Amino acid sequence: MSALLKSFSTFLGSSIGKKLLVALTGAVLVLFLLGHMIGNLLIFAGPDAINEYGHFLQTMLHGGGVWIARIGLLVSVVVHIVLTIQLTRENRAARTERYGYNATLQASKSSRIMILSGLTILAFIIYHLLHFTVHAGNNYGTYQVILHGENVHDVYKMVIAGFSWLPASIFYIIAMLLLCSHLGHGVSSMFQTLGLATERTRPIYEKIGSAYAALILIGNCSIPIAIYVFHYGR
Amino acid sequence: MASNLNLKLKIWRQPSTNAKGTFQDIDANNIPETASFLEMLDIVNQRIMDGGGDPVAFDHDCREGICGTCSMVINGIPHGPRRGTTACQLHMRLFKSGDTIWIEPFRAKAFPVIKDLAVDRSAFDRIMVAGGFISVRTGSAQDANALPISKDDADSAMDAAECIGCGACVATCKNASAMLFVSAKAGQLNSLPQGQPEKHRRVLGMVQAMDKSGFGNCTNQYECEAACPKGISVRWIAKLNRDYALATVHESLLAPAKGKGGGAA
Ligand code: HEM
Ligand code: FES
Repeated sequence: MSALLKSFSTFLGSSIGKKLLVALTGAVLVLFLLGHMIGNLLIFAGPDAINEYGHFLQTMLHGGGVWIARIGLLVSVVVHIVLTIQLTRENRAARTERYGYNATLQASKSSRIMILSGLTILAFIIYHLLHFTVHAGNNYGTYQVILHGENVHDVYKMVIAGFSWLPASIFYIIAMLLLCSHLGHGVSSMFQTLGLATERTRPIYEKIGSAYAALILIGNCSIPIAIYVFHYGR
Repeated sequence: MASNLNLKLKIWRQPSTNAKGTFQDIDANNIPETASFLEMLDIVNQRIMDGGGDPVAFDHDCREGICGTCSMVINGIPHGPRRGTTACQLHMRLFKSGDTIWIEPFRAKAFPVIKDLAVDRSAFDRIMVAGGFISVRTGSAQDANALPISKDDADSAMDAAECIGCGACVATCKNASAMLFVSAKAGQLNSLPQGQPEKHRRVLGMVQAMDKSGFGNCTNQYECEAACPKGISVRWIAKLNRDYALATVHESLLAPAKGKGGGAA
């Protein structure tokens, strides 16, 4: 056991070990984002569709499912953030004297602002949870609707109300732009970190990463735009 | 007719490791365009010495692009603007009269400046000592082709073996990471049958030595591949990541416990 612990601490202490964990937790978050977006798009299928989906999430496994997901996501996010901050600090410490003349050969803009886009996403995650999960400073939690003869949370009304307020819609869209940038580098980078990229496959992963980032951006932004700009549901 | 160039140089001058460095402006007039970059520096140094000054220290050895000793950052790019070319193989005809050229040392905490443009790259030696070798029996040469190796594997290993260990990857990396160097040196041996017995130990040892020397972490921006005078591919970094994961699993879960190999005592 102690030998196993020693191996694990060596792994965590090493640059590649930390990066592998960043990539794995990033993969969990990437998969979650896709599912979360598809679920959210049910808003365009009308009130019943999204309310039924919300009710299903809340009652899955007698209410345990949502907690399993929450704990898994919390662990992934915390590990991802703690390690990326540590990696970024080590990277800054590795070059104390800056160059007098700076040149960049092929690093993308997105790859150079990962910590900035990441920390914006973190701020967004906190706001988003307070807004739609904890219902801090709003009464969205009291919205109820009858679905199939049962009293359930009115998710549809909550989302429409949430995005009818311009500052919220704007912050969501800014956060999604930075998330798109984060994913634009992160998704293909993940394949490289996990050791799955070769000269033949790297261009494919880069295309998948860009397409995925664009999909998440368009899918998620369509909701506040439809509601605020085109008065969907209002 | 070869013409001459008049250049404005901004050269990093730093008397010793812990001294503060600054850029010194030097006019380099009448430089033949047929000179190499290092020959240009030789001419500049001769003029400095003729005036009783302290010449610019820089590293060089083979001057034919194979030893990896020359090490300087020219206008922000290690070995200068021409792809796949070491500083010693760079020609002055690439520059125009009137150009300003910034010349700085490789900058990384793991590569302390010795003087001016010369840096201490012994961190690379420590990484090599930690696993950049194979153990073989000495004695008479073994029969040719006793160890079958596919042509593809041999070619691939040669791609990694092209690394001349100059450190341009570290110098250009936004994080001063040594991953391209370490991955090429480990990957070359890990691709061949002779490298298999020590593979896991090599990977763990070289990565540990790399981390201990204070290099940064790879963020997959691939600046290294673009700056490498030998064009070493970042596919070696992917392989090192993979081999590191396998070596960790091997060492922590699969390998027999130390001292319990089951052989005679
Ligand atoms: C939904 C949320 C997030 C997703 C889907 C996500 C996804 C990813 C992915 C896939 C990578 C690439 C991993 C690799 O290179 O192997 C990555 C890297 C990174 N993430 Fe995130 N991330 C998220 C949130 C965050 C947050 C909140 C931070 C805040 C600190 C952050 C900071 C970083 C940094 C700095 C990197 C670069 C790490 C490196 O290359 O060394 N991320 N992220
Ligand atoms: S001096 Fe040998 S490679 Fe430049």
